Amino acid sequence: MIKITKPGLLTSVQDFGRYGYQKYGVIASGVMDSTAHRIANLLVGNDENEATLELTLLGPDMEFSEDTLISICGGNLSPSINGKRVKLWRSVLVKAGSKLKFGGCKTGCRAYLAVAGGFVLPEIMDSKSTYIRAGIGGFNGKPLQADDELTLGEPSEFAAQITEVLAAELDGQKFAEMQWTIASDFTSTAVSKPKVRVMKGRQYDWFTQDSQMKLFTESFDVTSQSDRMGYRLKGPELQLEKEQEMLSEAVNFGTIQVPSEGNPIVLLADRQTTGGYPKIGQIATVDLPIMAQLKPGDKVQFTEVSHEVAQQLYLDREKQIHQLKQGISLKIKQESK
Amino acid sequence: MEFKLQPLGDNSVIIELGEDISRDIQQKVNKVSSFLEKKSFDWVIEYVPGFTTVAVFYDPCKIETNTLPYEQVCEKLSAHLEKLDVEQGAEPRVVEIPVCYGGEFGPDLEEVAERNELTPEEVIDIHSNGEYIVYMIGFAPGFPYIGGMDERIAAPRRKNPRLKIPAGSVGIAGKQTGVYPIETPGGWQLIGKTPRKLFLPEGDTPSLLQAGDQIKFVPITEEEFQKWEENKND
Repeated sequence: MIKITKPGLLTSVQDFGRYGYQKYGVIASGVMDSTAHRIANLLVGNDENEATLELTLLGPDMEFSEDTLISICGGNLSPSINGKRVKLWRSVLVKAGSKLKFGGCKTGCRAYLAVAGGFVLPEIMDSKSTYIRAGIGGFNGKPLQADDELTLGEPSEFAAQITEVLAAELDGQKFAEMQWTIASDFTSTAVSKPKVRVMKGRQYDWFTQDSQMKLFTESFDVTSQSDRMGYRLKGPELQLEKEQEMLSEAVNFGTIQVPSEGNPIVLLADRQTTGGYPKIGQIATVDLPIMAQLKPGDKVQFTEVSHEVAQQLYLDREKQIHQLKQGISLKIKQESK
Repeated sequence: MEFKLQPLGDNSVIIELGEDISRDIQQKVNKVSSFLEKKSFDWVIEYVPGFTTVAVFYDPCKIETNTLPYEQVCEKLSAHLEKLDVEQGAEPRVVEIPVCYGGEFGPDLEEVAERNELTPEEVIDIHSNGEYIVYMIGFAPGFPYIGGMDERIAAPRRKNPRLKIPAGSVGIAGKQTGVYPIETPGGWQLIGKTPRKLFLPEGDTPSLLQAGDQIKFVPITEEEFQKWEENKND
């Protein structure tokens, strides 16, 4: 079991999200940075979709009541166990009675904490993701609070092998980290000068040429009105050529829509299912983790990518993650011999 | 059936079926939705109807092709959509929504009446005798975009939106009427409240209403409202 002793700024249970229910107006929810979430799960022998804890800027404090295999991936929120720094992007075996804390946010905005076996929580509409506004999913439909106790599921056989490797290195310590880590292609989402690839949106042609050009040449600030639902950006004002009526239709994770005052909004994990503002752009799926790791005050630059290239990047990324999964499995096999 | 296809990103395609809000186009949207529902392609993650569109979200990795998955998706969809016949539209499902009008449930009923030079009873009469159609579900879980309200009871949004509108509230905003499935802030003029739940997170389908449904608002008394509430708790 894990007991939360301090909740942090916003700590919630998330998996890939709720799909198949957007036609009923139920938002998808789910993790903001799916790459970090997936890798965290792979490092503890979980299914990629198992729920993790999404930690935001100021992480929580927690206590482990049993030996637990964990992994923390994504932004660096300065995790430490009993006062000693813990590395990101690794399998970590934590002894019962240990205390995990997070300090300040050094890079990125969100970290993902996976535990072997996942969390024992009911699935609402096929997902454990927390939908805060409707009060459903996750842990009682809410972000985690102090004194919440999370029950852990049964670790996989693979998790048991990882645990065995790490147990041999414990040597009386409170925790042991794996010697090896993940290739930097996956871990470099929290970057200082982020460039995010964007496809033209469905109403791109509605905007003035000047606005079309500025979208891809100037940088935008992430304002304080930014959360899991969407990021409000501030930069050059994006204007329509002429007022046009737009009927509500589906939106996507990473849709960049522009209300009439001209400041774009990037729709993210907790976006509404449909929207009625013109869409100037759509972020390539592979670059959503970069967007998700931005915090208020950061700057972002959009660069244009074609729909064809974006889809090819998508396929390539899936192949890489598949290879990574096999790589992890091979490594553990070698070490447990 | 005539349609246009356009990407909504690298994992989705939008099927455009027209340009205006109308019953005809709504029926096309319905037809395409029910086709996707029945066909359940293994590469389709979900579909989301809009006023004149249906978005299809898919898994690019589940499409076997030497070309771009998007091209295959368009080919597969087109082959079926071309054959869809709009004429054979199914009769819409009729859903009754009991409404207790006025009083504490509908604090703005009098204002809506005054603004339109009607009595509150006339507003209730007009509202509950309308023929309504659900164009789409969006904005909030189970929230129906409803068309067909009589313009004689139209009323602009409140200047000061309420911070909390209770779930079940029936309101008017401009020429639209709607029902709030969950408690939200909002500027609609509230004329009544239904004891029926529109958002059912534990149900097989989490929304009482679906795009294409016909709605009948049925006036009920406060006693009947209480009875509904009691039965719900059984």
